[in-house]
Amino acid sequence: MRHIISILIENEAGALSRVAGLFSARAYNIESLTVAPTEDPSLSRMTIVTTGTDRIVEQITKQLNKLIDVVKLLELTDGPHIEREMMLIKIKASTMAQREDVKRLADIFRGRVIDVTPTIYTIELTGSGEKLDSFIEALAEHKILETVRSGVSGIARGEKSLHV
Amino acid sequence: MELSGADILVRCLKDEGVEYLFGYPGGAVLHIYDALYQQEDVKHILVRHEQAATHAADGYARATGKPGVVLVTSGPGATNAVTGIATAYMDSIPMVVITGQVPSAVIGSDAFQEVDAVGITRPCVKHNFLVKDVTKLAETVKKAFYVATTGRPGPVVVDVPKDITDPNIKVPYHYPDKVTMRSYQPTVKGHTGQIKRAVDLLLSAKKPMIYSGGGVVLADASEELRTFVRHLGYPITSTLMGLGAYPATDQQFLGMLGMHGTYEANMAMHDCDVLIAVGARFDDRVTGKLEEFCPYAKIIHIDIDPSSISKNITVDIPIVGDVAGVLQEMNHLLSTGKKQPKKKELEAWWKIINSWRAKQCMSYDHNDKEKIKPQAAIELLHEITGGDAYVTSDVGQHQMWAAQYYGFDKPNRWINSGGLGTMGFGLPAAMGVQLAYPDETVACVTGEGSIQMCIQELSTCLQYGLPIKIVALNNRYLGMVRQWQEFFYKERYSHSYMESLPDFVKLAESYGHVGIRVERPEDLRPAMEKAFAMKDRLVFLDIVTDQTENVYPMIAAGKAHNEMHMSPHCELPQSAERELS
Ligand SMILES: Cc1cc2nc3c(=O)[nH]c(=O)nc-3n(C[C@H](O)[C@H](O)[C@H](O)COP(=O)(O)OP(=O)(O)OC[C@H]3O[C@@H](n4cnc5c(N)ncnc54)[C@H](O)[C@@H]3O)c2cc1C
Ligand SMILES: Cc1ncc(C[n+]2csc(CCOP(=O)(O)OP(=O)(O)O)c2C)c(N)n1
Ligand SMILES: [Mg+2]
Repeated sequence: MRHIISILIENEAGALSRVAGLFSARAYNIESLTVAPTEDPSLSRMTIVTTGTDRIVEQITKQLNKLIDVVKLLELTDGPHIEREMMLIKIKASTMAQREDVKRLADIFRGRVIDVTPTIYTIELTGSGEKLDSFIEALAEHKILETVRSGVSGIARGEKSLHV
Repeated sequence: MELSGADILVRCLKDEGVEYLFGYPGGAVLHIYDALYQQEDVKHILVRHEQAATHAADGYARATGKPGVVLVTSGPGATNAVTGIATAYMDSIPMVVITGQVPSAVIGSDAFQEVDAVGITRPCVKHNFLVKDVTKLAETVKKAFYVATTGRPGPVVVDVPKDITDPNIKVPYHYPDKVTMRSYQPTVKGHTGQIKRAVDLLLSAKKPMIYSGGGVVLADASEELRTFVRHLGYPITSTLMGLGAYPATDQQFLGMLGMHGTYEANMAMHDCDVLIAVGARFDDRVTGKLEEFCPYAKIIHIDIDPSSISKNITVDIPIVGDVAGVLQEMNHLLSTGKKQPKKKELEAWWKIINSWRAKQCMSYDHNDKEKIKPQAAIELLHEITGGDAYVTSDVGQHQMWAAQYYGFDKPNRWINSGGLGTMGFGLPAAMGVQLAYPDETVACVTGEGSIQMCIQELSTCLQYGLPIKIVALNNRYLGMVRQWQEFFYKERYSHSYMESLPDFVKLAESYGHVGIRVERPEDLRPAMEKAFAMKDRLVFLDIVTDQTENVYPMIAAGKAHNEMHMSPHCELPQSAERELS
């Protein structure tokens, strides 16, 4: 099962390595990890996507909570939530047909062309991880030169929020 | 008051009530050593290897319940300390380790004696800090002690760059009485509803079993445990780490459980219908095969660390909290409630247990006139020390025999490395204990293999006049390795024979101590009596024991509790295929 865990962590040097080290030391899976400071500069928000049985994920949340720098933890996949990931993707688009098709696909997926050269389109696309995967699949005919994905960020729906 | 970082550090230790600082100097901590030189409150113990500093601090902590404190230099000082830090981490021992670091300005430049101490120790500490600002030093030290000693205890490293301790930079000093951390608030009080449910379940048991562990010693909850066990009248077993929390000589005590546990303890675990784990962590040496662990039992688990609960074994009633408080609450419910243990069923259960006991799983050959049996040596040690010594140990067969045959009646007396199993722990740990309790008898039970891993500390013992009694069970083998090779590798004894051993008597003497070698069974008693009568000398008893002796019972790794290898001397066949009760 895929789980999304959100944590608030002290914005200290080394905090990220404690989390990353925990996952490698205990052989937990890690699909993606994003981190950036919050509106309170002393805190960072981290979103971790992991897979494992319920038992393993329970251990993961307990072990994360046990890290002294972790202030709060919420398992987003326990309730309604929104997940978003951003992708920048560079595609070969040198013929007229290629350019039109790439633009059309980008529009369908609500992506934006953010950089253009005579032979290349660079597209920005935001959505769930699945949506980004589908976009890449839809581009099967085309030559992808580069993809950059931010990893998942997530937030709970409604009243529930993760704050101190 | 304005002080330099070096003075602040030393003042913090004094204000924290630190009695002993175990350390070894070097470039990055020279300012701190200069500050130490100018005061007498914190006593520095100069070890001969940084590993020993950590083990000594650890031994001090295990015997007293107070945090052990260590000071080492950067680079090799820090890396040498790592084994001792990891040892303390695995057994949840409170410890604060101050490591020197190269000056802030050159961190990351591969400076002389630079290692990333915070990075290297991260996986084996409860937490660590790099001090970046001298004005934060005192608060950081306070936090280190706070984190190390509260919740589930553990070692904390404070990495201090040399410029932070610069004698020319002075800042105001204030040592906070207490600190709070928004990110660290351990749960101490158990959930009352869960406690009630647990008591109900306990009282409904027909074949109850109590499994207690190191958490009871760490929580100083031995009294609460005794009241609890006696009120219920239930059988109790203990892990290696919990020995002494409940008296070994009491009728209700079934001995240690697990890989080298007693037949009765393991069988009772296997057959019980309600199990309560009290400050124990379901280690693999205890559970054996997970799928066959306590197959008929509902399980209650008291532990201060939520991550210990349902980690290896799923439990039915988890109680997160300090075991002392939780047991107090349980004892209150038990003594005021109407419901009492099921008397008839309990009697029947004890009858079964006593039939297991009658198999005498711990018997060994008493008739050998030629060879000293290691078990006999430990039993004699018990007799001569009145069962009241602090016993530290190294790792191997001798450790198991000490655990099985000494019979600890008090907590904090049995001091060994259980989780990491660190050879070399025994002697330095004994130094910490002897410093804490100068008038008590401290014995270090060791093997000829283990003792050589920190033998240099004999020199420290002389310097500080520590009259430790080293009881070396010398079997000329890395015995525990040899035993596994005998059982599981068809007697292919690959590199487990100890050749070219030193003459331990001369070795002890050259370090300024007394050495006694014992080779014959009839000489053992007089030698041991003589050794323990020398109250103010360290004596190295080199006891030549039977080379072929094995530790029994034994459950092979990954096997179930009812699949034990038994001693050829007990009243059970070699491999106990049991009759189901
Ligand atoms: C050669 C060798 C052989 C061994 N054979 C055996 C064997 O046969 N049997 C055996 O038992 N062990 C054996 N061990 C030891 C084993 O490896 C483990 O160290 C041991 O079983 C763990 O003991 P424990 O469960 O009591 O946990 P500990 O490591 O003592 O952990 C204590 C637990 O209590 C909790 N705790 C701490 N403080 C509190 C508090 N205030 N309140 C509540 N909970 C608290 C902690 O969170 C933790 O979960 C052997 C070791 C070696 C080296
Ligand atoms: C530092 C370290 N290295 C290796 C081991 C593996 N090991 C466990 S017991 C043992 C043999 C110990 O020999 P000795 O001290 O003579 O004790 P004995 O088993 O003979 O009583 C070894 C090598 C260990 N536990 N620690
Ligand atoms: Mg040996």
